Amino acid sequence: MAVTKEFLKAEREQSWRVDIRGLMKNKDRTGLARVHMGEVNPDERILSNIEVNKGLEADEAVNEARRCLDCPDPTCISGCPVEINIPKFIKRIEQNEFLEAAKVLKETSALPAVCGRVCPQEKQCEAKCFYQLKLKKEPVAIGHLERFAADFERESGKMSVPDVAAGNGIKVGVIGSGPAGLTFAGDMAKLGYDVTVFEALHEIGGVLKYGIPEFRLPNQIVDVEIDILRKMGVKFENNFIVGRTANIEDLKEEGYQAFFTGSGAGLPRFMNIPGENYIGILSSNEYLTRVNLMDAANPKTDTPVVSGKNVAVIGGGNTAMDSVRTAKRLGADRAMIIYRRSMDEMPARVEEIKHAQEEGIEFLNLCNPVEYFADETGRVNRMKVQKMELGEPDSSGRRRPVPMEGSEYDIDVDTVVVSVGVSPNPLIPNSLPQLETTKWGTIVVDEEKLQSSIPEMFAGGDIVRGGATVILAMGDGRNAAASMHTYLQEKLNS
Amino acid sequence: MNEIIEKEFFSENVVRLEIKAPRIAKARRAGHFVIVKVGETGERIPLTIASANPHKGTITLVIQRVGVSSRRIAELNVGDEITDLVGPLGEATHIENFGTVLACGGGVGVAPLLPIVEALKKAGNKVITVIAARNKDLIILEDQIKEYSDEVIVMTDDGSYGEKGLVTDAMEKVLQREKVDLSVVIGPAIMMKFAALTTRKYEVPTYASLNTIMVDGTGMCGACRITVGGKTKFVCIDGPEFDAHQVDFDEMLLRLGGYKEIEKQAEQEYLQTKEKK
Repeated sequence: MAVTKEFLKAEREQSWRVDIRGLMKNKDRTGLARVHMGEVNPDERILSNIEVNKGLEADEAVNEARRCLDCPDPTCISGCPVEINIPKFIKRIEQNEFLEAAKVLKETSALPAVCGRVCPQEKQCEAKCFYQLKLKKEPVAIGHLERFAADFERESGKMSVPDVAAGNGIKVGVIGSGPAGLTFAGDMAKLGYDVTVFEALHEIGGVLKYGIPEFRLPNQIVDVEIDILRKMGVKFENNFIVGRTANIEDLKEEGYQAFFTGSGAGLPRFMNIPGENYIGILSSNEYLTRVNLMDAANPKTDTPVVSGKNVAVIGGGNTAMDSVRTAKRLGADRAMIIYRRSMDEMPARVEEIKHAQEEGIEFLNLCNPVEYFADETGRVNRMKVQKMELGEPDSSGRRRPVPMEGSEYDIDVDTVVVSVGVSPNPLIPNSLPQLETTKWGTIVVDEEKLQSSIPEMFAGGDIVRGGATVILAMGDGRNAAASMHTYLQEKLNS
Repeated sequence: MNEIIEKEFFSENVVRLEIKAPRIAKARRAGHFVIVKVGETGERIPLTIASANPHKGTITLVIQRVGVSSRRIAELNVGDEITDLVGPLGEATHIENFGTVLACGGGVGVAPLLPIVEALKKAGNKVITVIAARNKDLIILEDQIKEYSDEVIVMTDDGSYGEKGLVTDAMEKVLQREKVDLSVVIGPAIMMKFAALTTRKYEVPTYASLNTIMVDGTGMCGACRITVGGKTKFVCIDGPEFDAHQVDFDEMLLRLGGYKEIEKQAEQEYLQTKEKK
């Protein structure tokens, strides 16, 4: 389903695009300054779960859209894992045709309002923008514009449902309702398949619901996008664990002809240091699930959460930032990131780090926990950390942190959130002994087709990658849908 | 979905629910558990499946009212539906002919013990079962346990039924009397701790089925983690059964109390609002 150059060229030559390009000279376009998206101020936003980024006003969006040169060779598209036709949707915005812009997004992305919020655009489309590559200027704010078009459409109440081919009666099953599964489901529904998504939890959305906090991605936005999939005919079964509630053989008997596994990297890693099982030390998955999925901070719900005053979050990724900023919102006096490398190596998005700093998060970099201590009830009250220095680069290309002898010191803590990565969830691989997996437990797939050692089983997202981003998972869902379609059509025609 | 089709009180605080769940009833094996959530604002809690009837498409859960969530479940009536029910989860009990098995259940732990006793008996084992509780009213499923046991010893703390004493007293007696090849214990953590210490003296391999705090029940959160033989394990996917001689029960007991204060307060508030109604 890859977007061809010829196709993009033909689209670019449509008269409306030509007209829009003619409205301004490129020199005037490149003279415009990049828009700045408004944010709720830090003192206010840490008091609630209000979304931090405010989105763009229509005039701001149109102005930003004018910066886009509608390049003959749109390199930005190659930076997008789902190959959104970026210049086309941006020019629709410049044209004030915001609903049309949203339609362009939905041609290839099942979750535009989500991507506009959580994609690391600075490392993807915007990194490949002509402004960035050739002019050494700030790139077009593609992410902000994407969010604008998707939000405009949702708020207009005129959500378009993508066209769906006539039903072909072929049943396919999707395991997991996170970004990979939802994208896959949308693409297969468009092709006319009878799609059912199985979700282990009681809510649909996977990491978008349990993981990413409200202040970055409101659940209601995810629900609206899921609702569109329902309107496209996708069926959802929650509280259903494939391999447990029913296995693949049972489902085949019920008529399912192929499966896509996007079950995610659901197993939290711990550091295996002394005292790590004391009360008050929990994985970021547990902490975020309690707060996001179970709404534990709301007194009206039954699920409890301990909201500490001195909270240490171990790690430097997006999940660590989400956790530490959540702790601040639950009333922590001191919310700290403890990270073994320096700010330069931190894997979290630049925006997340910036927001965290504004909110008063302390960064204890080049610092690593070595032991935890507890009071007589077993509740953590202190941790020992060790200072680190950077040595030679390791296999990840980042400089390896090396412990400094004799540099240990203690920090008072009452809650510790361990956010040092996740491993693939073993439930699916364990229930299918014939499925080939790596020593890390990820499913082995053909790189292009995303087909596993079981021909009718495709897989993508973190269960294959081990721990990546929403948009890479979506790219996998999209590619897997294209290759499963080819596989099933060949099988039926042979 | 998940309709309650039968409800029976074993005692004031212990209730048995039979629930329509055809897929789980078909897939479950002895030792499996489910996650249950009642109401939109409910909490996810794990409950071991006591029995299942694949023909009827039902599973049976036995619940003791000890906090808000278990009260919410126990208050459901025939015809009500459980909002969310997912499973079967965990690793099933390993069943084979071991020889002589000493099965011990404390309190509502007798409910999840029943399917294991049944499976062990059907696999050809000689099964000696000890069921224990604080008093006569809290002894449950005695007749069903008898059906699949070669011998049943009933123990109560206050001597109001069976013999007076703890589960470990009966275990000692049996272990002194004859050679036991395997022991299985299910009950409160403190009971399992002492049961494990007892069988350890006699070098009898022992499995304990653990019931810890969980959120998702699928390995995602790690709330249920315990230490077994010095290594961290997740009860939800590595268990719920473990070598009882390797489990760090003291750590488990501490972790079970992680939300004790919040839970107590929530229960009081819950009972107060109920009184007002």
